[in-house]
Amino acid sequence: MVIGMTATPDPGPRTSDLLQVTDLKVTVAGLTIVDGLTLSVPAGEVHAIMGPNGSGKSTLSKALAGHPAYAIAGGGAALDGKDLLAMEPDERVHAGLFVGFQYPTEVPGVNNAEFLRMAWNARRKALGQPEATAKEFAPILAERIRQAEAPEDYAGRQLNAGLSGGQKKRNEILQMYVLEPRLAILDETDSGLDIDAIKAVARGINGFRRPDRSIVLITHFQRLLELVKPDRIHVLVKGRIVHSGGPELAERLEAEGYDRFERA
Amino acid sequence: MTGPQTPDPGPRTFTAEDYKYGFKTEVEAVSLAKGLNEGIVRQISAARNEPDFLLQFRLKAFAALSRMREPRWARLDFPPIDYQAISYYSAPKQAETHGSLDEIDPEILKTFEKLGIPLDEQKRLSGVAVDAVFDSVSVATTHQEKLFDAGVIFCSIGEAVRLYPALVERWIGSVVPAGDNWFAALNSAVFSDGSFVYIPPHVRCPLELSTYFRINNTESGQFERTLIIADRGSHVSYLEGCTAPKTSKNQLHAAVVELVAETDAEIKYSTVQNWFAGDPQTGVGGVYNFVTKRGLCRGDRAKISWTQVEAGSSITWKYPSCVLKGDDSVGEFYSVALTNGRMQADTGTKMIHIGKRTRSTIVSKGISADRSRNVYRGLVQVMKSAEGARNYTCCDSMLVGKECEAHTYPYVDVQRPDAQVEHEASTSRLSEEQLFYLQARGIGHEEAVGAIVSGFAKDVLAVLPMEFAAEARKLLQIKLENSVG
Repeated sequence: MVIGMTATPDPGPRTSDLLQVTDLKVTVAGLTIVDGLTLSVPAGEVHAIMGPNGSGKSTLSKALAGHPAYAIAGGGAALDGKDLLAMEPDERVHAGLFVGFQYPTEVPGVNNAEFLRMAWNARRKALGQPEATAKEFAPILAERIRQAEAPEDYAGRQLNAGLSGGQKKRNEILQMYVLEPRLAILDETDSGLDIDAIKAVARGINGFRRPDRSIVLITHFQRLLELVKPDRIHVLVKGRIVHSGGPELAERLEAEGYDRFERA
Repeated sequence: MTGPQTPDPGPRTFTAEDYKYGFKTEVEAVSLAKGLNEGIVRQISAARNEPDFLLQFRLKAFAALSRMREPRWARLDFPPIDYQAISYYSAPKQAETHGSLDEIDPEILKTFEKLGIPLDEQKRLSGVAVDAVFDSVSVATTHQEKLFDAGVIFCSIGEAVRLYPALVERWIGSVVPAGDNWFAALNSAVFSDGSFVYIPPHVRCPLELSTYFRINNTESGQFERTLIIADRGSHVSYLEGCTAPKTSKNQLHAAVVELVAETDAEIKYSTVQNWFAGDPQTGVGGVYNFVTKRGLCRGDRAKISWTQVEAGSSITWKYPSCVLKGDDSVGEFYSVALTNGRMQADTGTKMIHIGKRTRSTIVSKGISADRSRNVYRGLVQVMKSAEGARNYTCCDSMLVGKECEAHTYPYVDVQRPDAQVEHEASTSRLSEEQLFYLQARGIGHEEAVGAIVSGFAKDVLAVLPMEFAAEARKLLQIKLENSVG
C-alpha cells in the first residue's frame, strides 16, 4: 500500500471492457518481466501506463502484439471478449488491436504506401470485404495522412528506412489511422519528438478517440498527457500495476517520481 | 496484359516439393544416340541441313573442346558429369517449320498452355512475340508479320541459318568464340537451336521479344544458342524464361547467348530462370545450368543491360558480361539470385572496359536459404585504353536461416589511374523483427516474407519489364515461403 495516496482496487473485468488483461506473466529469454499484470480498459476510454525504465511497459505491448520472443508464462488477455493470446500476430490486428512500437522496425526497399495498402487489404480480406487496388487506395491514404496530420510525403517514403526516430513515430500514428483499430496501444509514441511533432501526434491521438475505441498510452513523461487527457493512469512497477488513479496522478508522478512505488 | 512468364492468375497452391512446371509432355521425339564424338557433331549438322560454315564452326568447337578440361574453379560441388551419357540432340518429331499453329502437335501446344504461353492472337495484344524452344528446337514464333513490317528478324537460329546465312556466319562466335570456355565450346559443337534476332538501323523493336525454354526430354541436354544483333541506333528488349520437368536425374543445360550492339544501339536482356532445382532435402535431380552470356558494345554509345532473376537450377554457373569496346558505351548487370534447398549458385558478371569513358553498373542481390550456397563472382576490368572509365558495384546478400552460405568474390583489375571503381557490399539476415513488424500490421506470414524480399531486391525488380517483375516477385515469395520459420 502506498502511503499518502488513495489506492484504487481494480474493480475486475466488466462486460464493457474492451481490453482485459488478467494476471499476465511474460518471460523474455527466461526472465520474468511482466509478472502478474491485471488491467481493464473500457471502450471509449484513454488509459495511460507510466513507470520507470525496465518496469515491463514495452514487454507488455510486444507480448500483446504477439512478438515470438516474448513468451506467455501465465494469465490471459482478451480483446472485446476474444482470446488475444490464441491468435497469430496478424489475426490480432484483424481482431482490432494496434500496437505502435517504441522503435518501429525499418524494412528497406518497401514503399510506405504499398505497405499500407497491403496492411489495409489484409484486414479487408479478413473482414470479407473487397481489396483495394493501388488506384483505389491512393485517395484513401491521402485522407488518412490528412487526418493523422502526417507529412504528405509519407506515401512515397520507404517503410521506416531513412526516417528519423520522430518520423517513424508519426508513421506509426498514420498506420493506426489506416488500420482503424478498436484498441490502440501506443508505446512511448512521444519519445524522440520535438514539441511541434508532439502536438501534431497528440492531435492525431485525440482525433482518433471515439466511444467504441480505446487507447492505451505507454509513456515516461507527463508532457503527452497534458495534451491527451487520459481517463485513468496506471503505475507499472516490476511487471505489475501497483497503483491506478485519475489524470491528476500524472502531475504527482512528475513531481515525486516512482521511488515510493519502487520501494513499496 | 500478361507475358509468357505469367501463367493463368487463378488460385495456386504450392508446397516445398511442388515444382509447378514439373510435368512432362508425351511427344514423339527424335534423338540421336547418346555420346559425343566428331561423328555426332557431323550428324547434328547433317540432321539440320546446315551449310558448310556452320559445320566448320562446330568442328572447330569440338576440336577446342577436346583440348580443354571442364572448369572447376567455381565454388560448386557436384559429381563428375558423364558427357558420354547425354543425348545431344532431341527434337520433337514434327519439327519442320510451321506455317500456322494448326500444324503443330497438339501435345506441344498443351504444354505451352500449361506454361501459360497461349500461342495465339492474344499474344499480339499483349505486345510480346514468343519464340518457344521445346527441348532444343524452336517450335513456333509468333507475331512474324508485325515484326516483318518493322524489318525485325526474330526466328529460330535454324531458320536464320536457312534464310539469312550471311548474317549468321558474320556474327556467330564473334562475341563468344567457339573455344571460349568448356561449356561454350560444348554448346558450339552441339547446339541444336535457339533464337536469332536482328534489328535494322534506327528501328525501335515494336514488341518485347520473348523466348521460352523448356527441357522436356529427361535424357537429353539442352544446348540452345541465342544471337542478337542490334544495328546502329536500334533498340530491343528481349525476355527469356526457362522451365524444366521435375526428374530425379540431372539435366545439363549449357547455353550460349551472344549480343552485339552497334553505335547508339541498346539491348536489354531479361531472364527469369526457374529450372527445376532438385530435391530440397537431398539435392537429387535438377538442372545443371552452365551458361555463357556475353554482350559486345561494339560501337560508341552502345548500351547492353542484363537483368536476371535466378530462382532455379540445382547448379548455376553463369556470368552475363559486357565488353565495352565503343567509346562512351554502357554495361549494366542487375541480378537477383535466390538459392534454397540444396541449390548452389556461382553467378555474377564481367565488365570489360576498353573504350573511353565507358561506364558500368553492377547490382547483385543474393538470397540464400535452407542449406544452399550463393556466390557472387564478378570482374571489373579497366584496360589501358579506357580513359575515364567508371564502375559502380553493389553486392548485397541476404541470409535466411542458419545453414546457408553467401560468398562474394569481386575481382577488380584497373590499369588506369583515372578510373573510378566503387564497390559496396552488405550482408544481412531476413530478420524476425521485420517479419513480426509486418505481421503486427495484419500482413500474413507469406506475404510479409514476399514484401521483405521484394524490398531487398527492389533495385533489380524495378528494371525488369513490368509483367516479368510481378511474376519474379511472386516466384521469390513462393520459393521462400517454406524457408522462413
